[in-house]
Amino acid sequence: MQWNWSAVGDFMPMFWDGLLVTIQALVLGALLAFALGLVWAMAQRSGLAVVRWPVNVLTEFVRNTPLLVQLFFLYYVLPEWGITLSAMVTGVVGLGLHYSTYTAEVYRAGIDGVPAGQWEAAKALNLPRSRTWGAVILPQAIRRVVPALGNYVIAMLKDTPMLFVIGVLEMLGEARQFASQTFLTVEVFTLVGVAFIVISYPASLLMRALERRLVR
Amino acid sequence: MSEITWGLWEILLKGVWITVQLTVFSAALAAVVALVVGLARSHRLWIVRFISGAYFEIFRGTSALILMFWIFFVLPLGFGWQLVPLWAATLALGLTYGAYGSEVVRGAVQAVSPAQREAGIALSFTPAQQLRKIILPQAWPEMIPPFNNLLIELLKGTALVSIMGVADIAFGASLVRNATGQSAPVYTVILLMYFVLAFVLTRGMRVLERQAKAGLGQRPEKKSWWGGRKAEVPQQQRRDAVTATAGGER
Repeated sequence: MQWNWSAVGDFMPMFWDGLLVTIQALVLGALLAFALGLVWAMAQRSGLAVVRWPVNVLTEFVRNTPLLVQLFFLYYVLPEWGITLSAMVTGVVGLGLHYSTYTAEVYRAGIDGVPAGQWEAAKALNLPRSRTWGAVILPQAIRRVVPALGNYVIAMLKDTPMLFVIGVLEMLGEARQFASQTFLTVEVFTLVGVAFIVISYPASLLMRALERRLVR
Repeated sequence: MSEITWGLWEILLKGVWITVQLTVFSAALAAVVALVVGLARSHRLWIVRFISGAYFEIFRGTSALILMFWIFFVLPLGFGWQLVPLWAATLALGLTYGAYGSEVVRGAVQAVSPAQREAGIALSFTPAQQLRKIILPQAWPEMIPPFNNLLIELLKGTALVSIMGVADIAFGASLVRNATGQSAPVYTVILLMYFVLAFVLTRGMRVLERQAKAGLGQRPEKKSWWGGRKAEVPQQQRRDAVTATAGGER
């Protein structure tokens, strides 16, 4: 096996571009997943069965089917319905939607973990629904689930390479492009693989530390 | 443009068969890896713990798709090992999900009460006998629900092989899309196919869980209508939720 260090040097500018795209997709996807997940979690606690059931079915369906196929679906089917999104936006929506079904479960667990006395206290103080959720329940629920949410962000990071299939030039996309031009396959794919470990290992250590601090 | 003809359905159904095969083979490999690495991670020799811990962090830290690219393109070029695509994909998925599974095995084995192990020592069981007759039978039912989640993740992960040209469901879908010129029908159909496969796996694991728990005189916990996971909340959190009192934040 030959290892060509100058190939690594040549690839670096493209690598940084790819890393930037990966991080953009990750941050936007995560924000979408956090927001949508909260919507799903609150809808699942709704008193109306017509709200609860469709959301239950939707989240189970999205969670139990592959993200890759969902990305293809969004990328090819939405334009047929007259909605044209760029590859990057499609990727962010796909990633965010897929992981929102996971974060919904996390929020649900967090909300269930808030003691019943808190709900009763809010009721006794005659707080309106919005204050009950916004000032009493969610601040306690979300604090507990921050590490769990963080772990899903790490999982999302590891799913971002899939976005290259719809033409987003993130790290793997850049690596493929570089490899197809120069045939320096060994170096670039190894570099990208190592980059993922270098990012996700400290991130998972951070989550473990957060878990010890916040979940008390 | 046109309907999905019988010939095209056949492509999709062949794809289902490849996906099922891939899921079964990778799950078998992952189970072996998970058991070996999971047990090695609480071995008494530090070097064994270190190596298995490094394996866990490396394979969990990287992305399954990147590993797949690596096995498909770097192994043949760098080391001269060319694998049949189906086996290369099995290897990539098995090694990745085996790493995730090792954490499940480790946790379940550690959750078995130490008194059980001590009783085994007192009865002069060999370490292998302790493992086989005392530890694993009690740890196994605890492993099934998280294994079910991983199995679904693995099923979803098999779609990645379509990128490498293995003719699974997702690969069949791209052929059908090209043939019919329409995306909505075929992608809806294959999403439903994956959903049904996931449902069958979940139900199967539920049966397994019920049997395993009945063997220990336990009843399985309540599940959602789907029979699937409740979110993974760390143990500590769950305990916290039970013991926390109003305003009891320290």
